[in-house]
Amino acid sequence: MIAADEQIGTYLELFSQFQKRAPGHDVRWLRDLRESAFARFCEVGFPTTHNEDWRFTNVSAISRATFELAPKSAVAARDLGSYRIANAACQLVFVNGHFSRELSNLGDTSPGLTVSSLGEQISVDPASLEAHLGRYLNIQRDAFSALNTAFAEDGAYVHIRRGTVLLNPICFLFISTARDRPVISSPRNLIVAESETQATIVEDYVSLGGDATAFCNTATELFAGDNAVISHYMIEREHQEAFNVSTLRLQQERSANISSHSVLLGGGLVRNNVHPVLAGEGSECLINGLFIGNGHQHLDNYMLVEHASPHCASRQFYNGILDDRAHGVFHGRIIVHKDAQKTDAKQTNRNLLLSDDARIDTKPQLEIYADDVKCTHGATIGQIEENALFYLRSRGIDEISARKLLLLAFASECLERMAANPARDHVEQLIHGHLLKIANSTKNLAKLTTEDRDRNWEEIG
Amino acid sequence: MSLLEIKDLKVRVDNHDILKGINLTVNPGEVHSIMGPNGSGKSTLAQVLARREAYAVTGGEVLFNGKDLLAMKPEEAACEGIFLAFQYPVEIPGIGNAYFLRSALNAVRKYHGQDEMDAMDFLPLFREKLKLLDMDEKLMNRSVNEGFSGGEKKRNEILQMAVLQPRLAILDETDSGLDIDALKIVSKGVNAMRSPDRAMIVVTHYQRLLNEIVPDFVHVLANGRIVKSGGPELALELEEKGYAEIEDTRQPMPA
Repeated sequence: MIAADEQIGTYLELFSQFQKRAPGHDVRWLRDLRESAFARFCEVGFPTTHNEDWRFTNVSAISRATFELAPKSAVAARDLGSYRIANAACQLVFVNGHFSRELSNLGDTSPGLTVSSLGEQISVDPASLEAHLGRYLNIQRDAFSALNTAFAEDGAYVHIRRGTVLLNPICFLFISTARDRPVISSPRNLIVAESETQATIVEDYVSLGGDATAFCNTATELFAGDNAVISHYMIEREHQEAFNVSTLRLQQERSANISSHSVLLGGGLVRNNVHPVLAGEGSECLINGLFIGNGHQHLDNYMLVEHASPHCASRQFYNGILDDRAHGVFHGRIIVHKDAQKTDAKQTNRNLLLSDDARIDTKPQLEIYADDVKCTHGATIGQIEENALFYLRSRGIDEISARKLLLLAFASECLERMAANPARDHVEQLIHGHLLKIANSTKNLAKLTTEDRDRNWEEIG
Repeated sequence: MSLLEIKDLKVRVDNHDILKGINLTVNPGEVHSIMGPNGSGKSTLAQVLARREAYAVTGGEVLFNGKDLLAMKPEEAACEGIFLAFQYPVEIPGIGNAYFLRSALNAVRKYHGQDEMDAMDFLPLFREKLKLLDMDEKLMNRSVNEGFSGGEKKRNEILQMAVLQPRLAILDETDSGLDIDALKIVSKGVNAMRSPDRAMIVVTHYQRLLNEIVPDFVHVLANGRIVKSGGPELALELEEKGYAEIEDTRQPMPA
């Protein structure tokens, strides 16, 4: 407990400095929002595995580290070549959580669309944010959300006006760069899609320049008005020692339709929270995910689907592929509120374990307070079938390609749920490349060298 | 030079000796049938020739086209020209049938230093073979064998063989479970592939298939050994008398 208090002390120091200089520190509501969030964080501290929501994920590697707030830093444009997304409507680039105008491609201005950084928007027109910023993310139940809100100063801001249809994806690239000392960044994104809009959003998390300790604690609030149709992609591909906690809070109004696609390929200790609230009648939500871990990666997916109105549908499909000592978690919680009659909620988690040391914990959790609902859940765990592997090889396909084909077949279940779009093409390419690496390494069974790589995050913590 | 030469092949599976010294020579253009009761080792022989690694070879040698077959991986054997039509074709959800077939063909072409074929080049070849086997093109957009009927699966095996054009085709009980119409279609596909430089080994339990695919030689496998060889008339004899009589002439299996 003393250790925890010391840690809170460090954050207190960081916070008091931050409050003096942060954009919008003189804006009353924003100041209050940050202060109440920080107070809540101090009250609860980082979660432990005694907390049911964190039972399978030990974050002591994060809670014990001493972080500095990531300063603004520069990245050469030429280093970003491979991170550009073909046919993106625009790409906002953030380096350690700070917006970089020089590296960003703001695209063509469309009359129905405002894209900017949250930091700039706070400075220029804070009043435009008050109706949405911090209104949806629950800082009471989650310490990381509270911490993000306390230190929220920059991120992406997107406002899509009524009736605007955007076909090409709006992309955000978050780069963590290697620093001498451990740093924390807190990107905060706000996407407001008014009624009858259509758009695709891509959040892409990457690392540059070595595997120094870095913690990216990110949060996105996405408001979808009546009849809005929004696809959201979260791609985690930081280095294998990175800490990444992300929270996607979706607010769905009447008949809004959201697809959330999470693709976790990188990161060391990763927690992916997806929290849709189906607030308007007839809204629908697809929660689709693929997590692929090797080495000692820990990939935790925590879904909290709240059905708050009648006639809403939610579909959760998560597939996991785990190799070496990787540990995956799928926690699918569905809450059906009293008035949410005719709810149709489905949840499926399928996993492929490629080594004896890989591990998956999967847990459905249904809380149903209405009496006329349909809720189903299921989970499977399997291995690559020797029979299928031999069948492919007996037709001339070499072993590595055959393994890759079988892994891809498993992953393609998730790809097929993504609508045809440049964002899907981007993700598909990443997954293909990554699975080829996994298919190769499974064969070699190359032993990881350093001591820490042989230990999981539980043991490190 | 003979295409396949099996000399005193011995194979053990799960600590049981399954093949106890097989000798067989197959020349280009020949069709050999291997018959025998359940558990005699027919399928084991077929799988070993396709290089299934789970089966441990404990003795003997196999030359394919003069090369040491037992040193090859399954994919090498396939690229060298061995094709096994599976007794139980495997369902592979998530991999499209057409994509799989093209990947296999390209793997073989690449091995022989030929250019890979793209989807457009591949289509005419593919359609021609589908027609030969009276198969619906819709099956090609489905996952490999997933949800196929028994007959569709067997036809799909022969389709793969027709596309890959192997030097040696091994048909492992391709007839089992087929009705007479399906049997005729499958046989038509196989017969269309008979040629002076291609050989076939037809493994079957029943004589019925051999009415359609007439072999040059028939061998009876019992208790891990070839106990009798002859021409097509041997198959008819077996049909009449059963395997029991032939087995009786050999030492009985130890209890």
